[in-house]
Amino acid sequence: MIWWIIKRDLLLAMRRRSDVLTTLFFFIRVVSLFPLGVGPEASLLRVMASGVLWVAALLASMLSLGRIFSSDYADGTLEQMLLSPVSLPALVTGKTISHWLVTGVPLVLMAPVLGIQYDLPMEALKVLTLSLLLGTPVLSLIGAIGAALTLGLRGGGVLISILVLPLYIPVLIFGAGAVEASTAGMGSGAHFSILGAFLLVSIVFSPWATAASLRISMG
Amino acid sequence: MLTAKNLECIRGEHRLFSDVSFSVNPGELMFVGGPNGSGKTSLLRLLCGLSSPDGGEICWNGTNIRELDGEYRRTMTYLGHLGGIKDDLTAIENLRISCALADCEISEDQAMDALGQIGLGGREMLPAKVLSQGQRRRVALARLLVVRSRLWILDEPLTALDVAAVELIKRILEHSLSKGGMVVMTTHQEIVMTAAAVHHLTLS
Repeated sequence: MIWWIIKRDLLLAMRRRSDVLTTLFFFIRVVSLFPLGVGPEASLLRVMASGVLWVAALLASMLSLGRIFSSDYADGTLEQMLLSPVSLPALVTGKTISHWLVTGVPLVLMAPVLGIQYDLPMEALKVLTLSLLLGTPVLSLIGAIGAALTLGLRGGGVLISILVLPLYIPVLIFGAGAVEASTAGMGSGAHFSILGAFLLVSIVFSPWATAASLRISMG
Repeated sequence: MLTAKNLECIRGEHRLFSDVSFSVNPGELMFVGGPNGSGKTSLLRLLCGLSSPDGGEICWNGTNIRELDGEYRRTMTYLGHLGGIKDDLTAIENLRISCALADCEISEDQAMDALGQIGLGGREMLPAKVLSQGQRRRVALARLLVVRSRLWILDEPLTALDVAAVELIKRILEHSLSKGGMVVMTTHQEIVMTAAAVHHLTLS
């Protein structure tokens, strides 16, 4: 069943590529603007790199949150999902996975290329990519709760950012921290463990919280 | 058997209806009527469990539908006026996915067959956005041909349909009722059902 939802959402994303590309291009633009703004000082850029890439990833992922449920809400598919005999948390998991595949994975793949702009060494690029790989699914999982809560509200987009950004902070700190720790030669194992823990906790709790929020929003 | 006892629905400070009681037995159809804004859609949303009543209870075979949860949803099909049709998917994809959501997966051939029966033969591969309002409605209604649920809750299923399609829907409903199905529907265009027990519930 989860498979059906993922397949459907990927098919929809294929047919409506502009939605996917806007998120990716937003990420690329924001990251590329910083070197232009602060100047080409390599030592400065290396220090900023992980922070800038991570903040840009947060904002890009947030930009796409509104779309997780809004089109299903508008055309009545969400009603059908709530009435499905299949458990709602399972359906929500499928939708979150496809959201991550469509918006998170392109960011992860693009990050090492953008990191070169910041003169990051090979080792730091690897750590950056890996930290994004662990962190972006958490962003989708937490974001889905916010998207479900603000469903159908006017000005929902702004409200999502107010709700969700504070919850993104720990992911940002440990994600960006992993790269800094590796550049400083301290090893980033601890940061990865914590990011992994965030991922596991959000995999367990987010689908239930999102499903409950959807029931509240649709009730 | 679906029974509702003393249902009450309040929207904001406005009481839409109260003390609504009825029961629908196997083989029976209930038309829900009333002027615009009298709470027909709200009543259907209560019956399918999308929202909870402000008073009273809804039971399926004597058990509250809240307790039955997934088991109740398995026996019921709800078609809202939105239909749940995705613009970017083709008719056949729409039908197969909505069936999969109802936990009754169908093959491509079955979907083709159902769409053919509902009068969309040859248009299965068109994206829903190029279909007319009536044709989109038919895609949504095609689900009734393949689901095995016993209770159908239909919100304005006949809007935008032409005379031939209304006749077709009437036959589909009669077929289901003759096999012990139950139907609760709202409509502004009365259809005359033969050989089926029909109730009317009017909200004011």
